[in-house]
Amino acid sequence: MSTPIEVTTTVKVAAPKAAAAPQDDITIIAKKWSKKRGSLIMALHDLQDRLGYVPRESAMKLGRAMGVPLARIYEVVTFYNYFKLEAPGKYIISVCTGTACHIKGSKELLNGLEKELGVSEGQSTPDKEYHLQGVRCLGCCGLAPLASVNGKVYGKLNTAESHYVIERIQIDKPMAVAHEEAVSE
Amino acid sequence: MKPEELEIKAAAENAKQQAFEARLICCSSTGCQSSGAAAIIDGLKAEVKAKQLEAKVQVCGTGCMGLCSQGPLIRMTSKTQGDILFSDIKPEMAASIVDQVVVPVLGGTKIERPGGDLESHSLDLEAPFFTMQHRVVLENNGRTDPEKLDDYLAHGGYQGLKKALSMSAEEICKEMLASGLRGRGGAGFPTGMKWDFARKVTSDTKYVICNGDEGDPGAFMDRSVLEGDPHAVIEGMLIAARAMTATNGVFYIRAEYPLAVERIEKALRQARAAGLVGKNILDSGWAFDFEIRLGAGAFVCGEETALIASVEGKRGTPRPRPPFPAVKGLWDMPSCVNNVETLANVPRIMLRGAAWFAERGTEKSKGTKVFALTGKIKNNGLVEVPMGITLRQIVETIGGGTGTDRKIKAIQTGGPSGGMIPEHQFDTPVSYEHLQQLGSMMGSGGLIVIDDHDSVVELAQFYLDFCVDESCGKCAPCRIGGTQMLMMLDRIVEGKGTVEDIRKIRKVAKAMQKASLCALGQTAPNPTLSALKHFESEFTERLVPVATTTA
Repeated sequence: MSTPIEVTTTVKVAAPKAAAAPQDDITIIAKKWSKKRGSLIMALHDLQDRLGYVPRESAMKLGRAMGVPLARIYEVVTFYNYFKLEAPGKYIISVCTGTACHIKGSKELLNGLEKELGVSEGQSTPDKEYHLQGVRCLGCCGLAPLASVNGKVYGKLNTAESHYVIERIQIDKPMAVAHEEAVSE
Repeated sequence: MKPEELEIKAAAENAKQQAFEARLICCSSTGCQSSGAAAIIDGLKAEVKAKQLEAKVQVCGTGCMGLCSQGPLIRMTSKTQGDILFSDIKPEMAASIVDQVVVPVLGGTKIERPGGDLESHSLDLEAPFFTMQHRVVLENNGRTDPEKLDDYLAHGGYQGLKKALSMSAEEICKEMLASGLRGRGGAGFPTGMKWDFARKVTSDTKYVICNGDEGDPGAFMDRSVLEGDPHAVIEGMLIAARAMTATNGVFYIRAEYPLAVERIEKALRQARAAGLVGKNILDSGWAFDFEIRLGAGAFVCGEETALIASVEGKRGTPRPRPPFPAVKGLWDMPSCVNNVETLANVPRIMLRGAAWFAERGTEKSKGTKVFALTGKIKNNGLVEVPMGITLRQIVETIGGGTGTDRKIKAIQTGGPSGGMIPEHQFDTPVSYEHLQQLGSMMGSGGLIVIDDHDSVVELAQFYLDFCVDESCGKCAPCRIGGTQMLMMLDRIVEGKGTVEDIRKIRKVAKAMQKASLCALGQTAPNPTLSALKHFESEFTERLVPVATTTA
């Protein structure tokens, strides 16, 4: 382990795609990560970036490809808030519930969105169009209260106007931006 | 790169920047990005190009300038007059900025405050918000482009590393100890001492780990540093590695901070290409490289042993110490975990010396501290202040008070692990010791202001709920104690609590503080206890009236 380790280039992309990963996705992930010690979490990030969540079949395939027991994978996936076990909706609305947003009324905003969409926090609408979730601090406290939709942040929201968020989604149709390959200078 | 090339590159970049008559520097951190900073930079570039001013005016991005609530911010510097700070800029204002300000300034007209449609979009740089700050960690934010290595070099970048390469490991540790720098993650352990412990352990493999798992909700200091000055953190890590003869570096960053991850990746690629990271660093024969690991949303991973478990790809649960990570850490090898802000201080201390750093601060708390000032406060944002400044100066003078007709009731420092400080104690100076005496803690730098309409009972409930949710469940005092405390607090909030509940909350809190395995459980009762200490009447008001309980 004394030789320098190659640096990874993963940036999360939250856009959900098809249900199960094609075999080659898993092969690519396994090939990329199985040689690096302790890289299960990074491999799972990679998987979720591609699929939007961690489907059971993919977790099983990944386990076989990386030589990790399924129990170990589930142990990790269920511990961390970031990993999803079910396919989320097309637009993932993340309402920040950090302290700054809490004080400025994020609870009202979240409740308003729950009513608006007819789902509870952590659920997707039946048509899989929207997924509503409360998240820990997004780190834009100066803009509290705020919500992000597929990574695009909407700040200084009026807590009484949760419908505004939905309207903006219809206008902006924000999709996660693919990671652009930056050129080193 | 050879050491002397650093100066050559820096001089070349400086000359390049000097050739511009004006620079338009736009914040490109997450906060301002979400308010449309990228479109503004593009708009300004297009406008400058259309007016054929490209040789005279440079447009670039920079790190967080502080006043996030009034972003996007643009700073204009010019050779002929003082700086102008534009606030709350929309992409369609690009033409106005160029026509009404840039062109006249280039023509020799002095403009202190822009007029026209920009009148309400400029900030007074002489306001206390700016003049009372002292920037060390954030010195490059608002000045350099975080995506350009040369810009960092032009501002003294990697000079600290160059100096460190000429010193022995022991000398670096001594210098750091003399500076009085203490861990900015919250605990405040002397950095030099921590490095020295790791240095004294002999091993073929040693890790230096950057803790970028900023879990405190309501805090964004580390995000701003990683995004705004990534090379400073990398340089700090390299110096730390020299000091403890480490062999590998690891960045552990929250997955919720994609821009921070992207900037660190980019900075590492640039540093590697320039021979500042990788094999034969600065032609010294020394090799050192990094890998990046992402967090996955677990507050407990800010605790160093839990963080190490997470880097190993496991559930992030802490383990008892000793053995401390300095002896047995990542993969059972000696490891040292440092916070982002701590590391960003390091190159500056190396370059300017321990004595320079120790000039500021109190007897035991040296240097500056970055705070994320949020909640019911006028000037929401990021501030860096010298240690020893009073809380009142931060909240009232720099922060501008609530900005409404309401009064400030209290502040909360240290997030879910800290405590509430009532208004009558605001004249306390900011230092690790003073805040601890008040029953709070320095924490990583979240500073939340609440006004007289906010309920401290509900805020205590919010924090406790957070800690219960984030408890890893490994040790019983935290897992069971937290849940029990929360049940009682919930009862009080609902108006169903009794005096007995308050008594029991105090009792359970004591058990949690004494018996929990890690700092999460040990400190989880703090917000509730401090609220009880300073605002007990707010709790008792909500209790079931005595007559009913006895009936």
